[in-house]
Amino acid sequence: MQTQTTSSMPVLEIRKMTQRFGGLVAVSNFSVTLGRNQLTGLIGPNGAGKTTVFNLISGFYQPSEGEIFINGTPTAGLKPHKVTSLGVARTFQNIRLWNQMSVLDNIRVAQHGSLDYGFFGAMFRTRSYVDCEAKIEKEARELLEIFELDKQADELPTNLAYGLQRKLEIVRALSEKPQLLLLDEPAAGLNSVDAQELIRLIHWIHETFDVTILLIEHHMDVVMELCSEIKVIDFGQTIAEGTPEQIRNHPAVITAYLGDDTI
Amino acid sequence: MLATTIQNIINALQWGSFYALIALGYTMVYGVLTLINFAHGDIFMVGAYIAFFVATFILSMLGLPGWIALALTIPLTMILTSAVGVSLERVAYRPLRRKGAHRLYVVITALMCGLILEHANLALLGASRKAFPALITEHVYTIGGVTFTNLKVAVIFTAILSFVILHWIVTKTKVGMAMRAISYDKFAVPLMGIPIDSIIVITFALGSGFAGLAGILFAMSYPVLEPYMGALIGWKAFIAAVVGGIGDIRGAFLGGFLLGAVEIMVVAFFPSTYRDLIAFTVLLVILSLKPTGLFGIAKTTKI
Amino acid sequence: MFRKYTVQLILVTLGGIITYLAYEELIGLYTLSVLMFMGVNIIMSTSLNLVNGNMGEFSCGHAGFMCVGAYVSSLLGVLLFSKDKIFGPPLLNPDLAIYFFPLVIIAGGIAAAFAGLLVALPSYKTRGDYLAIITIAANYIIISSIENLNVIGGSRGFMGMKKVINAMEDIIYLPWMVIWVFVFTVATVWALRRYTSSTFGKGVAAICQDEVAAEIMSVNTNKIKTITFMLSSGLAGIAGGLFAYIIGYVNPGSFNILKSTEALVMVYLGGMGSLSGAVLSAILFTVLLELLRPLQIIKWVVIPLLLIVLMQFRPEGIMGNRELSDIFPRLKRFYKFK
Repeated sequence: MQTQTTSSMPVLEIRKMTQRFGGLVAVSNFSVTLGRNQLTGLIGPNGAGKTTVFNLISGFYQPSEGEIFINGTPTAGLKPHKVTSLGVARTFQNIRLWNQMSVLDNIRVAQHGSLDYGFFGAMFRTRSYVDCEAKIEKEARELLEIFELDKQADELPTNLAYGLQRKLEIVRALSEKPQLLLLDEPAAGLNSVDAQELIRLIHWIHETFDVTILLIEHHMDVVMELCSEIKVIDFGQTIAEGTPEQIRNHPAVITAYLGDDTI
Repeated sequence: MLATTIQNIINALQWGSFYALIALGYTMVYGVLTLINFAHGDIFMVGAYIAFFVATFILSMLGLPGWIALALTIPLTMILTSAVGVSLERVAYRPLRRKGAHRLYVVITALMCGLILEHANLALLGASRKAFPALITEHVYTIGGVTFTNLKVAVIFTAILSFVILHWIVTKTKVGMAMRAISYDKFAVPLMGIPIDSIIVITFALGSGFAGLAGILFAMSYPVLEPYMGALIGWKAFIAAVVGGIGDIRGAFLGGFLLGAVEIMVVAFFPSTYRDLIAFTVLLVILSLKPTGLFGIAKTTKI
Repeated sequence: MFRKYTVQLILVTLGGIITYLAYEELIGLYTLSVLMFMGVNIIMSTSLNLVNGNMGEFSCGHAGFMCVGAYVSSLLGVLLFSKDKIFGPPLLNPDLAIYFFPLVIIAGGIAAAFAGLLVALPSYKTRGDYLAIITIAANYIIISSIENLNVIGGSRGFMGMKKVINAMEDIIYLPWMVIWVFVFTVATVWALRRYTSSTFGKGVAAICQDEVAAEIMSVNTNKIKTITFMLSSGLAGIAGGLFAYIIGYVNPGSFNILKSTEALVMVYLGGMGSLSGAVLSAILFTVLLELLRPLQIIKWVVIPLLLIVLMQFRPEGIMGNRELSDIFPRLKRFYKFK
């Protein structure tokens, strides 16, 4: 299913997307274009609509207006699992691992989009079943080894330290071989040491896996350090975009975060 | 034509009253505990039997006239049935809840309690049906081709009155406020100093009490009692509660009357054996269209 | 070398012994029928466990699907292989019954699987207690429909299945019902184990644990739900078909909510999500029912009471959500039953 990306085609293109919940406009007129291998930050105060943008991209909501393209394919009307197989993977603000399943199984189940067999394959253990399961297991173990989680492969996620759970969620998303990785506050709840390590990890993933990353983060230092490009939204509106330096000194951003001092 | 319609409406209201009264108990317990109290239909049956014993005792032992017997039977039955409901809560549900058992284990326990009530009754009193004594003389009125009895009207008014009382309790009193608070957030409520167990006991007492009331009314309207009488009507009342939107007592009330209306309509136009089939199909369709019921609030999934 | 076939060997031996004992009439008809009901109950509890345990839904109308399977395979069997006052002469030579019997049972299962769509389709939008109601309604709808079909006996029931069994025994004298119940029971457990241990079937557990995450992490939740409900109800249909042929008579009243409750009890007694727990509890439950038979009506007071007491002491069921191989890890060496 994965379309071949030509270098000219953006991995993610959102055109004038608006999302309303009843009378509330959660996201208004949001546009963004992410080229290949970009690392972009999406910041804004609480309730600004950042996670809603992620939910819209991953197909959990359908936008009220506007269009989303993944590698040039419109996602309108697609169920989330279809969007995922277009090459989008995400993590969640509150960790959503499958907690009664081993770490390895968490990775395995995330390969549902690329299974070569169906119900009857599973029943009769066909050739494609055996090959596919072997491949999934091998790749999952390799990936866990790369991220130094292989020792915990048979543990339940709940037995992992909080930081490792965050890491596992990123690994699970990566295991789907996405072209676009959406990270929803990966540093939330981490102390500064762990957060520093996470920054290195994301940086390393970005360099190694050839993946476009869109990052929501509250820790300003994380965003400033990682991202080449930052978008700031508040009350669903895009209020600023640019490089970290530009954002740091942008008056609208300062107002949004620190409040208006022209009382 | 008009007369038949009105006649059917009256029948539907009366038949729906039983469902509504039982559904109220289901929905209150569900609202507070998110527990489907599957024993509730059998509590209704127990209520009818308690009414039978109380009424027979008062009539034959004390030799009091029917209307006094009725006036004594209603409160006594409601209190005794409440006691049955509350003891189920204390003996079977609460220990499980304390142990943090999975919610569905409590539901299974409720199912088991229902079975025990049914079969213990069968074992103790035998399979023979009991004839409920006539407490008031039924008068049949016919106005413009519409026939109704004083009993039917009394049933409908009692159901409406019960709803008004319960609605007042739930929305206006402190206890009701605590009930609603528990259904929103079970963990914050004890921190606010609300004795959660007492609230649960009150909920069970109210729910079972009104099931007992439904038992008396049912026994007076259809004066034949048997141990399984609560099973089917209980399941149906539960479904009525869900169609109305379980957890909301307005929903339970409306759902009960809706189910009554559907069943009466079916019987009016089809052979009566089609009653369950069509009634359940209608409910299935309603739930498919409106998955959380008429008054239910769709839970938004938050990511 | 042989070790990994241990389970298969044990099963074949067990099946052989039971068949031999039945053939030589060394065990009585009563014990035999208890054994067969045990098989039926194992199919019921393991298949319901797939939905209630593994997928975390609350289906309380499992007997409805059993009913569909029972009626379809009974009607098909009688229609094809025996003379009947409703259907007239058999469509096929009764001698063929011996070959087609398993297909007749499977046909009942397939019909029940499609009846399962009655629950599967609403489950796209509905979860939890609301879905529970839909399953109850489905159970009543199925029973009520059959009660109103007077052509096939309505609420009086339908019989004639004994003739099909006789037709089979006329060709080769073997205790056919015992053999087929055994085969289908083993096949059910085997199929469920294969399903839940595949990456495909692990989607079921993912839906149970976090449906939103499952859908977003590429699991086609609607498809998995449909397949799971259909598999579960299809297996219940097979149990129903066997049940009908064991008794030789079906009537809609025997598939009411009480029957569904029995299946529920077996699942929760065993521990939600534990396949070996479901098997064990089905065996225990069947034995318990038979042991308490002399109590007659009090049986249905004692059994629920026992269960309530059990739940107070072990609120997670016999096995919790573990399997036998988790409790005795050494079993894993023999555990090639996939």
